Amino acid sequence: MPTWCVCTRLWAAGGSIWPGDARPFNNTNPSRWSLFFEGAKDTFPLIVGAVPFGIIFGALADTAGLSFGAAMGMSLFVFAGSAQFVALGLAASGTPWPMIVVTTFVVNLRHLLYSATMVPFYKNLPHAWKMLLAFGLTDETFAVAVTRYGKHDGVTGKRYYNLGSMVFMYLNWNLCTLIGLTAGKTFPEISRWGLDFAMPATFIGIVIPYLVTRPMWAAVITAGIVSIAAHDLPHKLGLMLAALAGVTAGMVCENLFCERKKEK
Amino acid sequence: MFGIGLQLSEIYMVAGMAAVTFGIRYILFPVSGRMQFPKWLEKGLGYVPPAVLTAIIVPSVLIPDGKTLDINLDNPYLIGAIAACITGAIFKNLLLTIVVSMVIFLVAQWAFAMG
Repeated sequence: MPTWCVCTRLWAAGGSIWPGDARPFNNTNPSRWSLFFEGAKDTFPLIVGAVPFGIIFGALADTAGLSFGAAMGMSLFVFAGSAQFVALGLAASGTPWPMIVVTTFVVNLRHLLYSATMVPFYKNLPHAWKMLLAFGLTDETFAVAVTRYGKHDGVTGKRYYNLGSMVFMYLNWNLCTLIGLTAGKTFPEISRWGLDFAMPATFIGIVIPYLVTRPMWAAVITAGIVSIAAHDLPHKLGLMLAALAGVTAGMVCENLFCERKKEK
Repeated sequence: MFGIGLQLSEIYMVAGMAAVTFGIRYILFPVSGRMQFPKWLEKGLGYVPPAVLTAIIVPSVLIPDGKTLDINLDNPYLIGAIAACITGAIFKNLLLTIVVSMVIFLVAQWAFAMG
């Protein structure tokens, strides 16, 4: 099954995130602005998860020894939540910057899948659009946009839908970082409220719809076990090892099932 | 520099992070149309998101302080994660999963702190 198909099915299974946007018989294409706002609206559930995440990021920056400018610069120019958190943890333990950049690469490698999935949808866009949408290809915007692109409803200009999701995520992420940076000074204990649970909560919500096939279960269980076993490895290498182990387990399991079907 | 206190090493760090992140997200588009992924790689990439996200979730839930494994029911992160799994599996609604598990997590944390 092609990857976009998997993703589309998964997100369609999420259901209620995309209410009322099936227009099989419309003869008036929605305007750019209505597509833009539709994209922003459909991103809302993921924004809810990102709000505490962003505030905590800003609030923890000072404790991790990052300056205001470095923390804000990350949200403005890097725009990658989990990588920013990992960088924060590494900076706190005094990791040199080249190692943080390498780790960012490792943590963000998954976005290669996202862009691979988007290639057919972005194919005919002007270069500036490709660059703009690539910059905003976060977990959240990818998840929302790929579903809209995959819907065969004849609507044109879905780039504006994608843009709406991206702009909403971007503004929210930077506003929350700013709030965290300023509120972190006023309420230093904000980082101990445990709002950091918002990240695993959001990610669990994203992973659950994937768990419909046995190879997916194999991938997730393997990744989980290895992530604990390899947790002590330096520079978050355990994350990459766990991810690779999970992907390998999924592929092996898939091949085993295919073999068995052939034998029958 | 404008009183935001950026050190030189921090500028390198942010610039480097921005470059690799954008690079990963963009690299496939300039060559798009001219290349095709091998089948096995395409299959493998399909497992990347759940595998990576799980590898982020599990340690942050079971090793909340970053050092010691805590598989006990007085670990509010574990309670919250179980709540997220149950809510997600039953209702298949992302917003509901996030909100319900956050509330249960915060209540559990408050209750355990009270003793």
